[in-house]
Amino acid sequence: MAEAEENIRFHEMFHIEGGNFMNAGAISSRVKKILKEAGFPGKIIRRTSIAAFEAEMNVICYANQGNLSLFITPNFLKVVVEDEGIGIPDVNVAMREGYSTANEKIRELGFGAGMGLSNIKKNTDEMILTSEFRQGTHLEFVIYLSGQDKG
Amino acid sequence: MKLREIQDILDAEVVTGDANLEKEIKYGFAADLLSDVLALGRGSGALTLLITGIIHPQVIYASNIFDLGAIIFVRGKRPTEATLQLAIENQIPLLATPYIMFETCGRLYQHGLRPSIAKVKNG
Repeated sequence: MAEAEENIRFHEMFHIEGGNFMNAGAISSRVKKILKEAGFPGKIIRRTSIAAFEAEMNVICYANQGNLSLFITPNFLKVVVEDEGIGIPDVNVAMREGYSTANEKIRELGFGAGMGLSNIKKNTDEMILTSEFRQGTHLEFVIYLSGQDKG
Repeated sequence: MKLREIQDILDAEVVTGDANLEKEIKYGFAADLLSDVLALGRGSGALTLLITGIIHPQVIYASNIFDLGAIIFVRGKRPTEATLQLAIENQIPLLATPYIMFETCGRLYQHGLRPSIAKVKNG
């Protein structure tokens, strides 16, 4: 994941407000628009948008606030999401499909099935998730543009 | 089948007034969990109809990721104003039917609509 930073061709950071459910999905829609305008293949756009949507939802559902950054390099797309919030006590448990701490409000909106993190993993080539309980969570994921380098 | 036929089969109202009802739809996906839409959505989005009871703007954002062909709200549900505006901006046709989700799916299947994904791998 440590590719030379000087290769970054594009970088944009978006602020995510925790608890702002009405706009949930707005930032991943902007990410999708940027990638579409840049002319990336549909599958790359879809995988990145899905992972970004799940990550955005996590900040809205569980954090006070956060930032989502999109980096475009010649070889890969990278998204970094950092938030300030309750964090995740046990990242391994949280990665399990179906594990969820979502409340009623979140479920009413059609989220909180405990599929988000595993869906991010499924759609990306590399994923790093670290968290300080009661402080925040750091997530980054990478999608290779060649499409051959999975793993 | 065309969106117009779907409208007829389901006594549906077209909520986005000037939607193109000649649009071709071949596949359907029904869910009240957007998590499932995000996890199971497929590439043939433009030909897919989402059948759902979720009426909040997130349904449009989620559909937008897959460039879905259209959305139909079941059980007489109506989209919120924000959802409607977002759908118009993104040119996603919205329909609303009084039928429940089971009946909606059954009628569409009977008329030839097929699932965008029939079953999951690890179910």
